[in-house]
Amino acid sequence: MVEKSVHEINKKIEDGSVNVVTAEEMVGIVENLGVEGAAREVDVVTTGTFGAMCSSGLMLNLGHSEPPIKIQKVWFNNVEAYSGLAAVDAYLGAAQISDTRGIQYGGAHVIEDLLRGKEIDVHATSYGTDCYPRKVLDTTITLNDLNEAVLLNPRNAYQKYAAATNSSKRILNTYMGELLPNFGNVTYSGAGVLSPLSNDPSYETIGMGTRIFMGGAQGYIIGNGTQHSPSGGFGTLMLKGNLKEMNPDYLRAASFTGYGTTLYMGIGIPIPILNEKLAASTAVRDVDIMTSVLDYAVGSRDKPVIKQVNYADLRSGSVQIDGKDVPTSSLSSFKNARKIANELKEWVKHGNFFVSMPVERICCEGSAKSMKQTQAVPLVKDVMSDFIVTIKKNQTVQDAAKKIWENSFNHLAVISDTGELVGILTAWDISKAVAENRFDSVESVMTKKVLTCAPNEPVDLAARRLDRYGVSAMPVIDAQRQVLGIITSDNISKLLARRY
Amino acid sequence: MKIKISIPTERIHNPIISESIIETGILLNIMVANIDSTYGELIADVKDSRFDKIKNALESRGAIVAILDRPIHRDEEECVECGACISVCPMKVYAFDETWGLCVDEKKCIQCGMCIKMCPHGALKLGE
Ligand code: SF4
Ligand code: SF4
Repeated sequence: MVEKSVHEINKKIEDGSVNVVTAEEMVGIVENLGVEGAAREVDVVTTGTFGAMCSSGLMLNLGHSEPPIKIQKVWFNNVEAYSGLAAVDAYLGAAQISDTRGIQYGGAHVIEDLLRGKEIDVHATSYGTDCYPRKVLDTTITLNDLNEAVLLNPRNAYQKYAAATNSSKRILNTYMGELLPNFGNVTYSGAGVLSPLSNDPSYETIGMGTRIFMGGAQGYIIGNGTQHSPSGGFGTLMLKGNLKEMNPDYLRAASFTGYGTTLYMGIGIPIPILNEKLAASTAVRDVDIMTSVLDYAVGSRDKPVIKQVNYADLRSGSVQIDGKDVPTSSLSSFKNARKIANELKEWVKHGNFFVSMPVERICCEGSAKSMKQTQAVPLVKDVMSDFIVTIKKNQTVQDAAKKIWENSFNHLAVISDTGELVGILTAWDISKAVAENRFDSVESVMTKKVLTCAPNEPVDLAARRLDRYGVSAMPVIDAQRQVLGIITSDNISKLLARRY
Repeated sequence: MKIKISIPTERIHNPIISESIIETGILLNIMVANIDSTYGELIADVKDSRFDKIKNALESRGAIVAILDRPIHRDEEECVECGACISVCPMKVYAFDETWGLCVDEKKCIQCGMCIKMCPHGALKLGE
């Protein structure tokens, strides 16, 4: 039985005799020496991760102006921060986007610009009080001008993350990057073998108060992250660190096309090897860490699992889906994760960083809940018109014109003899056929590619589709392609009018 | 060198490419071809020394020929070597080296622009 204390390890760090390796190196050491031998040999294992962490932000204090202002709303380079706090405190979220530049520039970019020493324009407004009479404020600041600039990240360092793919026929722009149609690629995130939480999944040394590497500086874990779901292997951490001490190599703003801004954070956590159990858990390999590939074509919270993979599969460059080799892309940087684990290793080796025990354990069981929704999500079947005029595909254009005229209805659903939807015909299609002097069957003039929706689809998804393709109505069909009704932009605007 | 051959609608029914190849005897290595009833676009590789001749042959038949000489450019300062660009590039321009650094083989680039939208760090641009 090996048993060491953090105190003993820190003594070794102090006298320079500490043996520290990265989590990648630990895999081979445990293979060679066995768990007990490795636990005896190795004192500290360093981990690292560098990836998109949207739930990050900067808590800052501007100092008081003259005359003073109690800031009610504040913008940094046109990115709004939350200031419902004391007079000149604000919290700037990484994912907040610029009022003027949209998703090109956001809170993350302001944070990186501050770190790079750039000047930032501040605009603030208030209602004015006896003690804080000022109502408007404009100034320009740099990082040095702030009293405090503390990164306070509610959810960082995900233990692992589900990979993404796309079964649909169009490109999807997501926070998992550009997903190509027909399972054209798979994207993933996470450092696998180097992932901090995958190396101490029972939270023995990673807990509240643990000192860590954060953005190139020393930071701290202040608790479990939001949405912490350790039971499924999706633990998260809440972190704090001083922006003024950080290094832009380990903190980068990013913008995902069609999605928004985020902050790439570099995090490294040292794991003191106190016993065999920790030696064993830090020997975790890419192949041991399983995750799912989810289909982002489904715009719902519960996305279908396409398959289970491990990080070795993902990092091999391709995974098989339906017998096809699909290329993978990492969104996080393994090279930088490794750089962080190595840098932290050097810090410990040279006595510049001491390991710590948590002052309180983070819970290692449980899962995050889904949102409680008291208002039912309206479904297509709740708002569609069940009155829809149909026409058989072999009827004539004249019949169609008559139907439209009789029913004063703009869309005719064209159906086969067995009642399946085969096309749609609008008044416009008919005018066009008449103008071109074509009076053949409905089939030859109808639009064959019809956008449809299902009765149990949420209205919001149907509305997004109508919007994207610029059409005003979609037939609602069941699994047998039988027409049930039609949903129009009119139906939707009426619903929205009720909602707001 | 890589060239892009665009065939306008009114010429799409003529065997422009075959005729040009037969006339000049110059081989075109066609890498990408998007042809439908309304428009054609091909990306091909051709020897530098034979470019002028094949260009004349193609253009005399109504095609438009452009040299793809502004391949993708990566800003190494902005790039964090995540590898997001790897899976969206149809020409396999990007790959990881053994240290998980990003290798860029610009010569293969056909300037489609897919990777530019993918890069979260705005590190990619065409031609610089
Ligand atoms: S996606 Fe951008 S940041 Fe990532 S490796 Fe490619 S060029 Fe670099
Ligand atoms: S522009 Fe297209 S071909 Fe060129 S590197 Fe980017 S994705 Fe590849």
